[in-house]
This record gives sequence, C-alpha cells and structure tokens, in this order.
Amino acid sequence: MHENFQEKFKDLYTKDSDGIYVLDKDDLHSAIKCLKDEDEFHFLVDVTAVDYSKYLYPKASRFCVVYLLRNKDFKEIITIKSFLDDQTLEIQSITDLFQSSNWAEREVWDQYGIKFLDHPNLKRVLNHQGFEGHPLRKDYPIIKGQICNETDDLMDEMIPRLAKKGYTKHDDLMFLNLGPAHPASHGTIRTFVALEGETIVSAVTEIGYLHRGFEKSCENHTYNQIIPYTDRLNYCSAILNNIAFAHTVEGMLGLTLPDRAQFIRVIVGELSRIIDHLVCLAANLVDMGALTNYWYLYNPRETVYTLFSKLTGARLTNSYMRIGGVAHDLYDGFEEDLNHCIKDIEKGMSDALSLVEKNRIFHDRTQNIGVVSAAEAINKGFSGPNLRASGVAYDMRKTAPYNFYESFDFDIAVGSVGDVYDRLMVRFEEIRQSISIIKQAMNKLPSGDIIVNDRAVSLPAKNDVYNSIEGVMNHFKIITDGVKVPTKEYYRAIEGANGELGFYIVSDGTGTPYKVKVRPPCFAPMSALPEMLEGGMIADSVISLGSLNIIAGELDR
Amino acid sequence: MAVGAEAIFGDSVITTKLDSAIGWARESSMWPYIFGTACCAIEFMSVASSKFDISRFGAEVVRFSPRQADLMIVAGTISYKQAPVLKRIYDQMTEPKWVISMGACACSGGFYDNYTTVQGIDSIIPVDVYVAGCPPRPEALLNALAEIQKQQLKEESILKDRVNTEFKGELDA
Ligand code: SF4
Repeated sequence: MHENFQEKFKDLYTKDSDGIYVLDKDDLHSAIKCLKDEDEFHFLVDVTAVDYSKYLYPKASRFCVVYLLRNKDFKEIITIKSFLDDQTLEIQSITDLFQSSNWAEREVWDQYGIKFLDHPNLKRVLNHQGFEGHPLRKDYPIIKGQICNETDDLMDEMIPRLAKKGYTKHDDLMFLNLGPAHPASHGTIRTFVALEGETIVSAVTEIGYLHRGFEKSCENHTYNQIIPYTDRLNYCSAILNNIAFAHTVEGMLGLTLPDRAQFIRVIVGELSRIIDHLVCLAANLVDMGALTNYWYLYNPRETVYTLFSKLTGARLTNSYMRIGGVAHDLYDGFEEDLNHCIKDIEKGMSDALSLVEKNRIFHDRTQNIGVVSAAEAINKGFSGPNLRASGVAYDMRKTAPYNFYESFDFDIAVGSVGDVYDRLMVRFEEIRQSISIIKQAMNKLPSGDIIVNDRAVSLPAKNDVYNSIEGVMNHFKIITDGVKVPTKEYYRAIEGANGELGFYIVSDGTGTPYKVKVRPPCFAPMSALPEMLEGGMIADSVISLGSLNIIAGELDR
Repeated sequence: MAVGAEAIFGDSVITTKLDSAIGWARESSMWPYIFGTACCAIEFMSVASSKFDISRFGAEVVRFSPRQADLMIVAGTISYKQAPVLKRIYDQMTEPKWVISMGACACSGGFYDNYTTVQGIDSIIPVDVYVAGCPPRPEALLNALAEIQKQQLKEESILKDRVNTEFKGELDA
C-alpha cells in the first residue's frame, strides 16, 4: 500500500479514470521520493512520456511524463503522471533516487524533447547525436530519416568519468572501442573503454545502433499488425514478446482467454524461455573459450525450431499470438515432437554441465566477476534472471500470476552473489523449471477454444466468411479497422525470458494504439554495465556483458 | 591426345586458365565477416552450427577482422546510426570482396519503413547477392553463398578489378 503518499499528497493529486495519480510537475520529485523512502516503492519500472497533440480528447497540456514504480515485494504497481508546461517542457530529474532513470530519462529527452532538470548527462540515447527533432512527437513524420555521417567519439562522457577517478585523457591510457561491430558485442552494443594495461579504468556504453522505430511504427498499425513487430524485440524468444503484447491488449479489453489458449501460451512461452536461455548460455560459454558447448546447447534450439515451424510456420519470428488467443491449435503429433525437444534440451544441458559445472577454469572465470548486489540490482532496474542471480526472488509468474501459473509447481532459482556464475547457473536451473512447467501443462491441457469467441475481437470462422455477408463484413472490419480497444492508459507485464517485459499502451478507442511503450527488460541492466566493468579485466568485460543477455532488438527497439 | 605441357609431363600437370585456378581456390575458401545486427544474425548462428554447417561450403572460417575476410554477410537491420560503421568496415576489407545482403531489412529496410532504418544497404555499399526472407531460412543463405561461388568460378577475372569505382553511396562524399 502507499498510505504515506496518499496521506501526504492527498490535496495535491487527482486520480484519473485509469487509476493513474496525476500530480503537478513541481510535486513529482517529492512524491516519488516519498513513495520510495516511506512506502517502499524501490523499483522503478519505467519512465515515458505521451504527446497528446493528436489525441481525440482534450488534455491539460500537450505532454505528460509517466512514471511506473513497484513496491518492495513487487506485487503492487503505481503509475504517476505529470503534465508539463508547453513552453518550457521541463521537469525535475529523479536520477538522484533511481539509477535506472538515467537512461530512461535520456530516452524521453531523445524521443520527445522533454528536459529533465539536474540530469547528469541529458543527451540522446537511441538516435544519433546529429539527429534533429524528436521522432515520437506526433508532428514528426514517420518516414523522415536523417543520415548520420559520423559516429560519436564519446569523449564528452569519457573525460568526466576519467576525471572522477583521477585521470586525464593525457595519462598513459589506451582507448579502445568494443563494438558496435564486435563478435562479442551481441549485436550492436558499443562499449568504449580506457585501459591501463589490461584493466578497465573507465567505460562508457553507447546503444541505439539497432534502434528501428518500433514504437513509432506501432502508431500506424492495428493491434494485430503489431504482433509481427513484437517478434523482433527479443528475437531469441519471439513468442514471449507476442504473449506480453497480446496480454496487455487483452487487459485493456477486459478479456479472459479460454483455458486451452492460456495453457498453450504457457507451453510455447516456456519453450521460448528455454531457447532464449540456451542461446545466452551457448554464446557466453563460447565467449569464455568453451566452444564445444555451443553445439551442445545450440542444437536443441534446432529441434525446437522444427516444432515451431510446424506449429507457427516460422522458425524464429513466430507471430503465434493473436489478440484474444493463439493463431492455430496444436497440430497432431505435437506432444511427440515436444517430448523429443525436451529430451534434446535435457541432453544438451547435461552434456554442457558435465563440461563446466565442476570445471576449475569456468569457476575461476565466472565467480566474483561482474558482481551486482541485491540492493544495487533493484536500484538499477534489473529484473528476471539477472535480478534473481543477485538473490532477489522476483518472478512475475509468482508475484502476479497469469495464465494459471499459480497452479503449477515450480521453484524460483536464485543466486547468492550476483556474479557471472550466478547469472549463468540461474539460467540453467530455470531451464529445468520450465521443462517441469511444460510437462505439468501438457498433463492438464484442457480442450476447447483457442481464441475468444467474440466477434469484436477474433475473426469469424472461414466457413462464415465465405458463405455469409455478415461473416465477410465482420472479417473485413476486424482486418481493416483493427480490434477496437477502449480509451485507456494501461500497463501490464509478464515474465519475459530476460525479466519484466511490459507494455504501456495509450488507446484513443480506435483500432490503432495512440502510443505504445515497451519496457524492455535489458535496457536498465545495460545502463549499469560501465560500473560492472570498471576495475575489471578486459577479458572479463566480454563475459560480464554476455551474462546479462542483452538482446539489441529489445534494447534499442 | 594431349598436347603441350600435358603431352610432355603426362598426368603430373594440368593446364588451365589462371582465372579458373584462382576462381577454384577462392570458391573453396571464402572467409566471411558477419555484420550481424539483429534477428537475421540468429539465423546465421544456425547456418554456422552443425545442422546446416556452412563448412560444407568451405566458408566456416568466420573472421571478425575485416582485414582477413573477403565475404561480408550483412545480417540484420541497418539503422542510420549504424551506417557509418558498416561503410567503414566494408572499406577496411581488402579486394577482392563480396557482399551478401541477408534478409528483408538489409535488402530494403524490410517492414521498418521509418525514420531510423536505412532503406536497403545498397544505398551505402555495393551488394552482390540479395537474400529474401524475414529472416531467410539457413538454406537460403547457403544458396546465396553458392551463388557467389558460381560467380567467382565463371565470371570473375583477375585481370578485371573487382573494385567498383562507379558505386556512389549515400555516405560517399
Ligand atoms: S529481415 Fe526480419 S529477421 Fe532479418 S533482421 Fe530484419 S526483421 Fe529481423
């Protein structure tokens, strides 16, 4: 509960119809401080903004900034927003309270042009530094690209960081770019380091190399058309992204899915989680030089791909969910294929573990490397396996169960130190738990519909489309106009493979979202990387980065 | 009846054109540089792993130094922010060099028709083979590789520079 906040600010806030607290921008900082210090809202979920200039209903002013926070046991979430003065577009930064707000606020500046006062380094984070304008503003044309001729040298961030540690750029240091095109940079991440010998004195991270305008693209597609875009957020576990998005929209529509659809989501969702962890582990072990594990751990993915191709038509980018359910029912022989997958996964895992579990080199390379304590991890916005490795048992499948997760018997794997070793071992254990969930779900799999039978949401049967005028019209309306979602601002999340994967959606009642913001689980850990690396060796930087499982697609969107 | 050198030395020599000999050698040992940025790069991982096994085509020596590679595989979306990096790495590769554009994004921007995505990498660097798909299946990439090998064997000549001086990309001054 947030009584202290309610008590202290009772004359200062209003609560809107979506349950969001609206405060004056000058009270916002103190309100969040009160929530954090007195009501134990320790976890900043996300910060975003909304541009209401084209909204169907008038608002107090053009821009508002939205903050989402979770309390100590992660069960309660609170949304706060403040409208800004259109002339100044300024608000107090909360970076002194939450480290994770640093990049989040930079992103809001980048995308909307909102200034955060007293922010330590308010510069663009996703778009390139030469970019003019703010692309998520409603008056920025979606196709207006801007050519970038030069890469940022990052010295503006490096020099103050060095100064804090007592160095100048003229000291005998070696400056080195790791990425954005580096085999161990897992896509497109760039870390710029200053080295003294092989020790990293100071590091700066730059992202945005895979920013592909997901959120802007959402604003001109219908809800179901967005599902293929969500595949490409965390492309290692596409189905979990589909589920997270559909789950949020279903929450806005107030739908309850048929039992079978929910069970299918659990089964394929957990399978996705497994293959996501597999690729993370495989890549990380390769980075350490343990190449054989790549084949042990990657090949089971191929078996799962085969199953997914049969089920969804695609190996990697499945687009298997629809608003209100799933696209197709399980095929004949699914269970057999699934058992085959599980066997391969178990075999790959035990083969890999037999090589690394008791391996001295593996232990020496991973233990006490890249340590993040529990308190730090929370303040930095870690979630999922990365947070659990630090010893915090936060798993949305337990704290806010959806899709019958409360009825499955499984454990949350937690680490004790929060080092690379824990982050990897937590993933190994989660694969085991996911296998157990899949088996339980298969045993209990109910029969019935796989999508809600609601003509405003799901498509009519093919038979009706071909044989009746109502059917054709119904089909036509849903495809062209999209599923009409009631006017609302809404946040909902699931446990993605990397942690809390949520969507904040603003709807104006039409079939196209007015605004979509993803809460990508790896954005916050990424911003914490420099501190993890500083003081360590260059070789460890690679595995520290790998152990966070940063997926550029969801990081940069 | 053998004539020339073969008549004198028997089976111990073969005569051929220099181009064919070099083409044959190149064809069997392409060294790819993977410019992997997004989902397509995950499919490249499949191509490299044992089920699809790119080494069957002599191209398993994946180099991450552009100076040691002669085949660039651009796997994934290229944003405007990434474009100068792509060009720089392409320029760092020594001649002769080939480029495969893997996937809808690299070929045309794919379904990211928006403010941040380059609408096809051929506006930045020249491309030899385009692979359709989002992502393309591993077989499609292998097919593209075979296509380049065919070109090397049939069409390339060491007398003709592969440097494409006519190409002017958006980032070429
Ligand atoms: S073509 Fe498709 S799969 Fe490949 S990078 Fe683009 S979005 Fe991803």
